[in-house]
Formats: sequence, structure tokens, C-alpha cells
Amino acid sequence: MSDIPGDLKFAKSHEWVRVEQDGTVTVGISDHAQAQLGDLVYVELPEVGSSVQAGNGTAVVESVKAASDIYSPLSGEVIAVNEELADAPETINSDAYGDGWIFKLKISDKSELDNLLTPDEYSELVENEDH
Amino acid sequence: MLRSRLALRPKGPIMVDRFARHPLQGKTMTDKTELNASHRELGARMVDFGGWDMPIAYGSQIEEHHAVRKDAGMFDVSHMTVVDLTGEKTRDFLRKLVANNVDKLAKPGKALYTCMLNEEGGVIDDLIVYFLREDFFRLVVNAATRAKDLAWIEKQAAAFGVSVRERPEFGMIAVQGPNARAKLIGLLPSDVQEKATKLGKFAAIEIEGPNGMPLFLARTGYTGEDGFEVVVPNSRVVELWNLLKDAGVAPAGLGARDTLRLEAGMNLYGQDMDETVSPWEAALAWTISLDDGRDFIGRTALEKHKADGVKRVMVGLVMDDKGVLRHGQKVLTANGDGEILSGGFAPTLGKSIAFARIPAGEPGDVRVDIRGREVPVRVVTFPFVRDGQPKAGI
Repeated sequence: MSDIPGDLKFAKSHEWVRVEQDGTVTVGISDHAQAQLGDLVYVELPEVGSSVQAGNGTAVVESVKAASDIYSPLSGEVIAVNEELADAPETINSDAYGDGWIFKLKISDKSELDNLLTPDEYSELVENEDH
Repeated sequence: MLRSRLALRPKGPIMVDRFARHPLQGKTMTDKTELNASHRELGARMVDFGGWDMPIAYGSQIEEHHAVRKDAGMFDVSHMTVVDLTGEKTRDFLRKLVANNVDKLAKPGKALYTCMLNEEGGVIDDLIVYFLREDFFRLVVNAATRAKDLAWIEKQAAAFGVSVRERPEFGMIAVQGPNARAKLIGLLPSDVQEKATKLGKFAAIEIEGPNGMPLFLARTGYTGEDGFEVVVPNSRVVELWNLLKDAGVAPAGLGARDTLRLEAGMNLYGQDMDETVSPWEAALAWTISLDDGRDFIGRTALEKHKADGVKRVMVGLVMDDKGVLRHGQKVLTANGDGEILSGGFAPTLGKSIAFARIPAGEPGDVRVDIRGREVPVRVVTFPFVRDGQPKAGI
């Protein structure tokens, strides 16, 4: 598995978040998740302006194998979605932690960040899952 | 994160789910083919497929799909079951056992695709019958149905004095794609190359392969491309795999095999038909031979079903909108609801396609319910893709 950038936090359901300088939050799925899903062929994005609750299905990714819910790791308002994914869902396969981001949030409860895993904790979770 | 409850589990992915309802999947041990270590060395993602530990993909499933459509790919299909039938009355037995007519097999080596039905006309399995000699026919049946197939065949064979012998000592590699035959033939001893080149479609020969290995070479497949399915002793299957790889044949997993066969309009047992479905409802009428006086198992029920009127039909669907048609989704038509059987993304077409079973009659504007959204689809005749190219109108 590729190196995980140190500034990310993870949900157990395999989404990552990055807190940006301006306090907004970017969300995607982990490199492990994209590898398990296989080639992605479709992403259903949330609407900008919609409000989301931590743990609720917010987007859907479909690979050649299966459809999967993306749960928002945090509560807040969707302020941007990655429109590029509509024509190039495979960007998530090639750059899960960068150009493959899915949506951005203005979060409503910073304390929810404490519920998320560090890169080391997430790596451990994935390793335990693999056997 | 997974709606399907499977993809991020280490052993979970889609093939398991597809076969979960299969009645004979109660094994606790997972079988391995001779190529298991080879798949792992290539970095394959492995899944439980009908009780077998098989590669779903080595890297990108879509690239593996394109390799078969454009060049040559190979699949380990050693999990499939080879069954040899011997005895003087083998042809008579097969006239009774299967719904297609083995009298179409006139020349040794010729092959026939057929269904094996129960008395109610439901499909026990689909299989290929190879005619080798009057007292020797070979069957290749599905892996997931192995035990029930063998039990059924043995039960019916007794009255004909036909011996039924499973051949687990054989492995099988499917080499498929426009360049597949040339690449495999290039590995053969020069004195048998011409014979292999002349082998017609849906026919098989036994020949000497590379380094003296004995091969049963069949010009059949499950991808919609030309190619061979090669039966080879387990002791030589890794050697053949490596020779093919060195000749530029790309390893491809069962994931690509599934998208290739769906594009090619080929049924998958357990998903598109099973014992509760008649061939009339599974687009398999072309395999039913209602020839005069042949009393095959299930015939009476099939004829009654046809006379009563077939209420459901299997059709092809194409979705031009974004998204993916999946097994189990509801299909809305003017005559009532149907459901998606095999469905998925078609890499050759860049959009989603499916088989669906819907009420018979003019279906009107057809839609599929995807997560509560009604998405329009087109009803089309399949295959969707043949010999590398989308069919007109798809």
C-alpha cells in the first residue's frame, strides 16, 4: 500500500478527511479502499449546499464490482464537489489522496474530528482486516 | 462504506455475493487450482468463487478486459469440471440427458452448448458436450454446480450402462482474444501447428503441446472472442501458463471474464437461470431441440410451458445515463416489474448493460430503479459486443 500523507484522518469505513488551512474539510476514500473496489466507473456526488450528518451516506462510488456508500466522516454543509469525477471517476484509483477527492465540507462540530483515526491507527485497522 | 456489504472485506467481493444463493456452496474448505501460487505471485486479488480460491483481477480489471478484446488474455478456469462419459450407449444417454440434440455432433471433436434440465423443465446447469468417439463424450460443467451435476448425471446414466468419470487431474486455461490462437499455436511443435490452425469453431482436438505435454485443445470460449480453451494435466498447467505469459498473453481474472461474457450476451448459471427458470425465460430457446420423438428430460414440461404461453422473457438493456445496472435492481415496464439478472459496466461500450427478466409483451418505456431514482434504459437484442466491436444500435 502506498504511503499515507501524515495530515489525513480516517473513518473506519475507509473515508479520509483533510482539514485545510481555512478550516474547511476535504473528503475522499483511502488508497486501500480504491484498491479493494477495483476500477471505478461512476461517482454519485452530493448537492452543494446540502447538509450532512457524520456517518450518513453522502456519495456513492461504483466500481466494476460493486456500488458503495461514502459516509461523511463529519457533520456540516457541502461547499464543493469534485465535478471532474463525473467524466473521470478513475482519478480516485490513480490519486485517492489528491485529485481523487470527492467533496468538501464546512464542518459544524470540530469535536467530531476526535472520533477519527490517525494514519497509523488506520494502517493497523487495514492490516488486521487483511487476514 | 459498502452498500453491498462486501467489497472491503478481505474475502468478500462480488463473486461471492453473486453465488451466495447457490444451493451447493456449503463447503467450508476452499479449493485451490494448480495455478494458485502463480496468481498470488502476480499480485492477484483472490476471492471465493463457488468454493474455489480464484483471482478476480491482477491489476486493473478494465485493462484485462481490453487485453482480451484487442489482443490476447488468459484465464485459469481449472475450477471447471471435466466429466468423461464412456460406454456404447453414451450417445443414447445424452439424447435423454440434455435439451439440445447431440445428433448435431456428427464429426469427432465437435462441441455443443446445451442445458441439462430437471423434469419440471428448470435448468440444472449449462454445459458443453464434446463428441470424441461413439463410446466417449466429454462434458465441461460449471464449478459451483459440480456435486449436484455429478449426482444427477450418475443417476441418469445407470440405465444406459454409461460410466461417468470426473477428471480432477486436469487443469484448464482459456486463451482468448483476436491474437490468442496465433500466440498459442506459436508454442506448439511445428508438425502440429497446421492441424491446430485448421481446427474449426466449436471443435476440439487432442494434440501434443509444448515440451511434449498432452493438450485437449478446444476452439471455444466465454468472451465473445476467438480463442481456445485448453485442457492440460495438472502437472503441466503452470508450465503452459508461463509459456503463454512469455508469449505475451495477459493474465486476466474472473472479473474481466464476467464483463466479457456479459458483453458477448452469454448467460451465467445461478444468475441468469437456475432450476426455477425455464430456458424459454432465459433466452436459451436456441439451445432447445424439439426434434421428433426424442424424449429428453424436461421435454414434457417445456412443451406445456410453451403451449401455456411464456409469461417472462429475458432481454438486454443498455443505460445511456451514468451509473451501473446491478443484479437485483427492479425494472419497471408497461406490463409490470421485472428484475436485473446479470448487470454491470461494459468496458468496450463505456456504459452499463444488463440482462433483465421482464413480463412478456411490448414493454413500453423501460426504467430501472437505482437507489430510488428511475433511470431510463433501452431494450436491445444481444450480444452487445461481438469480435471486439459493439453491435449496431448498442
